[in-house]
Amino acid sequence: MQPVDSHLFLIVGAALFSIGLAVVLLKRHAIVVLMGIELMLNAVNINLVAFSQYDPDRLQGQMLALFVMVIAAAESAVALAIVLQVYRHFRTAQLDELNELKQ
Amino acid sequence: MIQVAFYTFAALSLSGGLAVLFTRNVIYAAFFLLLTLLGVAGLFVLASADFLAIAQLMIYVGGVLVLVIFGVMLTNKTDPAADASNQQPNRIASLNRSTGWVISALVAGSLFVALFTLLAKANFALLNQPAGWQSTVNTIGRQLMTEYVLPFEIVGILLLAALVGATYLASPLAKSFRNAAR
Repeated sequence: MQPVDSHLFLIVGAALFSIGLAVVLLKRHAIVVLMGIELMLNAVNINLVAFSQYDPDRLQGQMLALFVMVIAAAESAVALAIVLQVYRHFRTAQLDELNELKQ
Repeated sequence: MIQVAFYTFAALSLSGGLAVLFTRNVIYAAFFLLLTLLGVAGLFVLASADFLAIAQLMIYVGGVLVLVIFGVMLTNKTDPAADASNQQPNRIASLNRSTGWVISALVAGSLFVALFTLLAKANFALLNQPAGWQSTVNTIGRQLMTEYVLPFEIVGILLLAALVGATYLASPLAKSFRNAAR
């Protein structure tokens, strides 16, 4: 029997995903919204790893978590470059001040 | 002992996430995100994913977080007068501060309650089996070179293209190049 109940991993993952979703919904700075997306990706990784420990021969969950990490790195690089150009253009990174189309 | 470590890492990651949610300062949020990522790496070790824990430390803490902190520093407004001039009330009614708190707490809280009741009621047959702890480095290396060799190469090319594209997008020359080409 494993020392830590795997349901606890799933519950921690669910809590972290909810916190990340709240950060994405609530925060106004573009970089903090990106941090919320990173939190959600980490929560998904916890779930994948928690199920993957029962599959030691193929480790499909851990492989998927590895690819998720690489995609997250690529995503955050491109998103930060875009935020940087948005900041250069509008002189702000607050998402609710970017209402050029609305006016 | 392992239980204590698990609860410590879980509390570390959850409190870091909550601090990211509640802090107003962007650079503090970046450092609390560091706390969360360290806690998640510890949870990975406890779930017998030692290679992933090291990869988490190297990719997230060493790469993504440094990138995020650079982004914070490059987009930070140091002029307090510019901040004060932006205090006009938001015209999008649903995004007012208190309403935003209520809506996001409602959405995220109900999602968490739904997931929690689902996980409490679900009886995964897989999770009742015993799971041994063993190092996964060997298996991951073998899997990367056999079963997952095509996704591995594709993700490498994707990462290269994304990083080159990000470098071009972020460079101050990009705009003048576009204007010159026009």
